[in-house]
Formats: sequence, structure tokens, C-alpha cells
Amino acid sequence: MADKKVGGAGGVTRRALLKGAGAAGAAAALAGSVEALAQETDGGGAGGAVAGPGPVRMTLSVNGKARKIVAPPRRTLLDVLRSDLDLTGAKKACDRGTCGACTIWLDGKPVYACMVLAIEAIGHEITTIEGLGTPDALHPVQAAFGKHDALQCGFCTPGFVMTTAWAVEKHGKRLDRQLVMAETSGNLCRCGTYSHVIAAALDAAGAAADAAPDEREGR
Amino acid sequence: MPRKVTYTVGRAGGPTREITVDVHDLDVDPWGADAELRVVGTDVPRLEASQKTTGAARYTYDVNRPNMALCRLLRSPHAHATVRSVDTSRAERLRGVLGVNVLVPAGGRITFAGKGVVAVCAENEETLDDALHAIDVSYDVTGGPVTTDDGRAPGAERVDPKRDNVNAGGRRGRQERGDPQAAMAAAATKVSATFRTQVQTHSALETHGCVVEHHDDGTYTVWASTQGTNAFRGSMAQTLGVPADRVRVITEHMGGGFGAKLGAIDEWDRAAAFFARDLMRPVKAMLLRRAEHQVAGCRPDSIQELSMACDGDGKITALSGTTHGTAGNGRGGAGAANTRIYRIPNLAMEQVTVSTFTGRARAFRAPGHPQGVFALEGIVDALAIAAGIDPLEFRLRNDPHPLRQVQWRLGAERMEWDRKRREFPGTGAVRRGVCCAAAVWRQKGGGDYVVNLEIRSDGSVTVKNAVQDIGTGTRTVLAVLVAEELGIAPEQVTVRIGDTQYPAGPSSGGSTTAPSIGPAAREAGHHARLRMAELLAEDWSCKPGEVRLDGVRFAGPGGKSATWGEACSLIDKSGLSVSGQRRKNYGGFSGETAGCQFAQVAVDTETGVIRVERVVAVHDAGRIVDTLTARSQVVGGVIQGISYALHEDRQLDRNLGDMVNPTFDTYRILGIGDTPRIDCLLTTLDSGFNNAGMMGLGEPVTVPTAGAVANAVSHAIGVRMTEIPITPARVLAALGGVR
Repeated sequence: MADKKVGGAGGVTRRALLKGAGAAGAAAALAGSVEALAQETDGGGAGGAVAGPGPVRMTLSVNGKARKIVAPPRRTLLDVLRSDLDLTGAKKACDRGTCGACTIWLDGKPVYACMVLAIEAIGHEITTIEGLGTPDALHPVQAAFGKHDALQCGFCTPGFVMTTAWAVEKHGKRLDRQLVMAETSGNLCRCGTYSHVIAAALDAAGAAADAAPDEREGR
Repeated sequence: MPRKVTYTVGRAGGPTREITVDVHDLDVDPWGADAELRVVGTDVPRLEASQKTTGAARYTYDVNRPNMALCRLLRSPHAHATVRSVDTSRAERLRGVLGVNVLVPAGGRITFAGKGVVAVCAENEETLDDALHAIDVSYDVTGGPVTTDDGRAPGAERVDPKRDNVNAGGRRGRQERGDPQAAMAAAATKVSATFRTQVQTHSALETHGCVVEHHDDGTYTVWASTQGTNAFRGSMAQTLGVPADRVRVITEHMGGGFGAKLGAIDEWDRAAAFFARDLMRPVKAMLLRRAEHQVAGCRPDSIQELSMACDGDGKITALSGTTHGTAGNGRGGAGAANTRIYRIPNLAMEQVTVSTFTGRARAFRAPGHPQGVFALEGIVDALAIAAGIDPLEFRLRNDPHPLRQVQWRLGAERMEWDRKRREFPGTGAVRRGVCCAAAVWRQKGGGDYVVNLEIRSDGSVTVKNAVQDIGTGTRTVLAVLVAEELGIAPEQVTVRIGDTQYPAGPSSGGSTTAPSIGPAAREAGHHARLRMAELLAEDWSCKPGEVRLDGVRFAGPGGKSATWGEACSLIDKSGLSVSGQRRKNYGGFSGETAGCQFAQVAVDTETGVIRVERVVAVHDAGRIVDTLTARSQVVGGVIQGISYALHEDRQLDRNLGDMVNPTFDTYRILGIGDTPRIDCLLTTLDSGFNNAGMMGLGEPVTVPTAGAVANAVSHAIGVRMTEIPITPARVLAALGGVR
């Protein structure tokens, strides 16, 4: 077991360091054995065996590929995507279904990945921002976000793009300012990019731009 | 030897003036007000846009290292307490727990809720959770004031046992000039009011934190969500007791800071560093949302009791008053900037900081200014109305800034001030109002930062500096300045920043990043251009001075011409490497950037709900390098300002002292559905402080918004709104008072 002195301000004793290294090694070995023992789960619950509480094996369909992972059944889809699959486009910002920075598509519809357990996503098609487009092959909404500078720090951006891409697909040219506001109201941005998000969404949808000139240079 | 250069600074078309400056012999001549530039001052999409829109951009929170462990702190739920005992034995026995470190042992005193008591390092999130729940800490809870009013009450429990909570007076807290008492007595019109502002949390979407990796050779790599890679490195190295060059800090992308991520490392960073050092494993410590709101910074509140007077001509004669505010358990930093902008010949202002048992305030986008200007513009507005003068006309009479005189008129025209002031508030349940407020900021940037620039024979151009881009567009600004000098497109420039292995850059505070580093990039571009001219001159058998850049082509005598690619093919294998440096500031046009905003609101007098319908924002930041990202700054500042004016409010449990709304569903920030139309007018000018004529923009743009919105609400309902956030309940209470 780890020694209390590990991580202390005064530095670690040699004895503690050895113990710490031992603990890390043991934990790694343990993780391996758990993986070997874990049963493949279909999500558990109603009618079936209860999954967990230890790590379980599951297969998720992410961006069109079957991905096998071993994780505790209480792990959220967001944590599985970010930590187990290293798909870090979906961000963890509020971790309680408020800000939308973790928005992904489940069967083509936007959901907060922090509010879904990974085991609940078994059997569903998961699309993350990485599956929407890449820097070399941008989705039209991604291109429009760049063109209109609908991003600043960019931490909310993948979530906003996922929601907006869905709204553009749903409404097409009928998309207007009010609809963009309504459809993306589940996403928060702290830098204040909203005006530019609206412009980008309308542009990507091929909809009429705002009647009023939002921004013009002063003379 | 520096050379004398005389040039025109200010705004093309006025106001301008001529200045003579000493230009460093290695620096390029300043552009001046009349410069005609190719890419500077145009819309340039930010370089990293496609990285950020596709999720490819890696933030600190996204760093996954092989064998990485996680670190989190168990935090005190009490504001004022003494730790009686700490039992970590159950946590230590948990499988997957790698380290437990007690930060506050038995007997230790807690002075704010959220203080870290025990640091835990574990294999994964779930184990970390279990471990934190398995730690038993008992406290002797004392209680104590957590609000400014409670903190200054007689007999209040002291945060620092040796000092009173009220640190009144002292030279820094007092401003005096003229004879305000006599001026008040002789005034034609005088008004008094008490303005109150709330505590606002920074609420960046990426929380604070870092990933620390300890290498076998004793060096460290640290990924940090910071506004200052070099400051973070220095502080981290000091904590680890190693020379700074053993620590490399990387901040490739940063998920928002707004001031809260400036300066020294925090206790969670220290905890992660010690675990990483001792375990020889990468350790990640990112705050959860709750802790981010609780302990990672806020804008202090304020209670501003003001009196202002003017003479019969509508000229302000005096301002006096007292400001109280709390910056938490520290002793300073709660002032409100409520004495600037207008000509005030007689002044007496006292700024009082009240210590309370709350987490310490941190610099927040224009510290002191949104709250100070809200009150100042409120009292100015009230005085204008009491004196029977149009509020805009009153401001024009009292504003000494030559550029803001231009901006007020531009904004008024765009907002249709005269018509709306005449027609509003109208009749019926929904009343409209329109009003305005001024912005001020005065950071010019500085330092002697160096930017490295490399060009290779394939035509690639790479700019290197350790400066971080916190979302403001620093990366793009550097590319635009270099591109301008070299006759190429900004997207041809690769900008490698946010890494301390490059030359040191400024911290991103005070809106100084762009003007501190931009001029060095321009100078580097200038040197690269001179070297390219030398290469071409050799090739063309002419003098370097005969090679000129003609738009996007190099041209020489006898019709010689070369594209960028052709010129670069003359570069040898080792490449071309130059640098540029930030030189001393010149005399400048005006030390203060100017700005003003006009807000139009609709107030439902039956429900109290306010809708901001439109904002016209007019701002200067010297020369605007990239108008697209600059407008983003302005729009963002306005949106944050509306959020501050109408919604945000840190609520504390006055009994227990903890924050009761540390989540985004309970601490409301403005959403997209509440976004008004925002007109953004950039009155670009040459600031006259550096070779590019730049100043900073990030902070002034959020300074006037709350004041403009509050004054517009006052116009709509005919009652002076003196407290933000202006919630529906406050609107109804204000209306109730006059019914």
C-alpha cells in the first residue's frame, strides 16, 4: 500500500519510494488480471445479470468501429471516450448535464455524454466530434465555425459543433436565428461566441443571414 | 544607435498627432496612422480553428499519458474551522490508491470552504471517488463572516486574528484632490446613491489543473491550463526544488482563464507535482466544476456609496464616496475603479477591503472596472437626468478623451440615440430603454520578449515563443504580423507557442499579450525580409537595397521578380533563422484606450424579465491586427458583461460559509438564447507605442456593459437600478417602490 509520505512536500524517503513503486506495479498487475476475469456485459439490469461492481468488458460502436474496453459499469460514456479510448474531443466541463461541452450523438441524436453510462451505450451508434470531420476533411459546420470565428478558447466548440451539425441536418435551409438559439440552448460558452455561432450555423445551413448587420467597421 | 523617426499616430481621419521617437537600430520603422497594409487589419480566421472544431486540439484536460494517475483534493466543507483529526487509513487500504498526503494536519486552521485538507492519488476516477469518501476528517467548526456586510460588522470573527477585517485607509486605498466638500456645497446639482455588485466567478469551461510527468533524468514535463507558461514554470520549479530549466511547461491550447489562471501554481498543482515526483508516474490533477467555482477565483463584490455634483453648465465638479468589497481571506484587491474616465476636478474616494472567510479573489477580466464603471456610470446618468441634460450630451461635456468623443457619436448614430431616447420607454407592459457607458483601459504592454523565426527552403515559416494563446487569437496575431512583413498569407505561417522550450513570452494578463509580443514578431519578420533581400541580391547581382517587396512578390532591378517559393529556394539546408525583440514603448497617442457601449433593453414590467435587445460596442485597441478575432473579443466581452449585469451571482450559505450554487445549473451564465444583436465598431488607430501601433483589447470590452445595461433598464422603468445582477425580483421591487 502507498505510504503517506508519498506526495508530501518534504520529498519521499527511499523506503516510501520503493513501496510506492511496488504499489503501482501491483495495481498494474491487478488491472491485467481483472481484465482477464471480466465478463462481457450487454449492459446488465432488467432481466439479465447485474454488471459490476468491478470492471466489465463491453463493446461499443464508436464512429463506425467496434471498440472493446474494460471499465467499471459506473463509468460514464464521457470518461470511457476520453480516458479509455483517448477520444478527447468531447470535453468534461460541468460533469452534470448542463453545459453541453461533452455533446456527442447517440444514434444520430445529440446527448450529453456525461449523463450516459458507457454500458447504456452498448448497442447504440456513438458518433463523436472526431467522427464528424477531421482537420483535412471538415464537416461544413466545422468549416463555418472557423470562417465566422465561432470559437475562442474552443473548449465548448466540439459540443457546439455536434449540436449545430444536428440542427443544420434537421432544419436545412429553414434554419433561422430563433431556431439556432432554441436548438443549441443546451450548450454554454463562457468566452461569448454565441453571435458567431449563430452566423456559422446559418451559413452552414445555406440559410439567409441575419437581416441586421451584426458587425461592421466604424468609420 | 537609435534613429529618430517622426510619424503620425492616432486615427486616420482624426484625431491624430505627430510624434518623434527613438527607434532601436534593429527595429523596423513604425507603421503610423496612414499605413496601408495588406493583411493586417483584415479578417483572418484563427490558425487553430480546424484543430478546435474537430476535437483534435489537445487541452491540458485532454492529456493522457501512459500509466497516468489522477490526483484530487478532499476539501473542507467549512469556512472557518480547526481540523481535529484526519484518518486516512481506510482510503490507504483501497486497491488502486497510490498515495495519500495530508495537507492540513490536526490542529490546522481553515479559513475558507473548499480548502484542500488531504490530497489523494489513484489509478482512476472511481478509485479516487471511493478514496475521498473513505477519509474521515473531523473539525471544530467556529463559523465566521462570509459576506462584506457581515465581515465589517462590529465584533465580527476575525479572518486574521491579529487584524481587524476592515483594512480601511492606507495610501493605496485613498484618492484625494481639490476640495470636494466645497465643490459639493457650491454645486448646481448633486446626487447620491449606493451601488452594489455581486461576486462573480470566472467560470472558465476548462477547469484549473495540470499534468506532471517526472522523467528518469530528473526533468519534468508539465502540461498546464495557465495564462503564463513561464510564471507557471518558475513557480513549479521552486516547488519541486529544481532549476527552472529542468521543468518544461506546455500550454498548447487553453480552455479559458479570464484572469483566474495567472501567476503561481495552486495547491492542487503542488499535490500533483509531489505525487509525480515520488511515484515516477505522470499525474493529472484537474479541478471538478464545484471546486472551480468554490476556490479558483472570483471577482470581488462591492458596495459603492457615491455622491457626485455638477455646475450649471453640466460640468462635473466633484465625486466623493466610499467603496467596500471583499476579496476573501486575503487582505487586498477589492477596489472598484469608479474615479476614472471623466474629468473630476475635486475628488475624495476611499476603497476599503473587508476580509471574509471565503476563497481568495483573483484577477478577473479588467479587475475593479466592470463594478466600478457600473457605479460611476450610474451616478453620472443620475446626475445628468437630475440636471435636465441629455445623458449622452452630459458625457460629451465631461469626457476628456479625444477618441472617445468620436466613439460616443459613432455609437449614438448606430443606436439611433436621439430617436430612441425620445420614443422610449413607451407605454404598455413592456417598456424599452436605451443608454450607454464608457470603457477605459490603459495597458500598453512591454517587456523585452524575443520571437524566433525560421524559414526553410521549402518556403515554410515557423514562429516560436513560449507565449500561450488563451483563446484571444495570439497565435493568429503573430502569424498576421509576420505574413505582412514577408508578403505571404497568414496561413503559410506555423506558430509554435505555449511551450517553455521557446523564448520566454508574457503572461496573458492586463490585455498586454498582443502588444507585448506582436511588435517582436513584426521585427522578426522585418529581419527575415532583409535576409531574403540579401539572398536575392546575390542571385540577381544587385544591392540588397534594390530588392523590394511588391505586394506578394520580391522585385529587383531590370524587371527581376521572385515569388515567395522561388526566393526561399535560395535558402541553404540549415535554413534561415532570425529573431525580433520587443523594444521600449514610444510616447504614444493616448495612454488610455477608449471605448463606449450603448445598450437597448426591453423590460416586462409585469414579470420583471429583462431582455437585452441590442448592444452597440465601439472600441479602440490601437491597430487591430486581425479584425475577425478582435470582433470575437468585443462580442465576448459584451456577452460576459450582460451575464454579469443580469444573471451571475455567487451565493454563499451565511451559516456554513460554503457556496451553494457551484454548478452551471445553479450559477447561471448567459446562454445563446439571450444573446442580443451586437454591433461591433472598431475605431482602429496607431497607438504610437510600438512598431505595430498595437494595444490590448480583451479587457476594456467588458468594462462598460453592465453599466450600459443597468442605465438602459433605469431608462425603461424610470427607477435608478443600483444593484446587479438585475434579476426580475429586483425589477419588480424597484417598480413596487414607485407604485
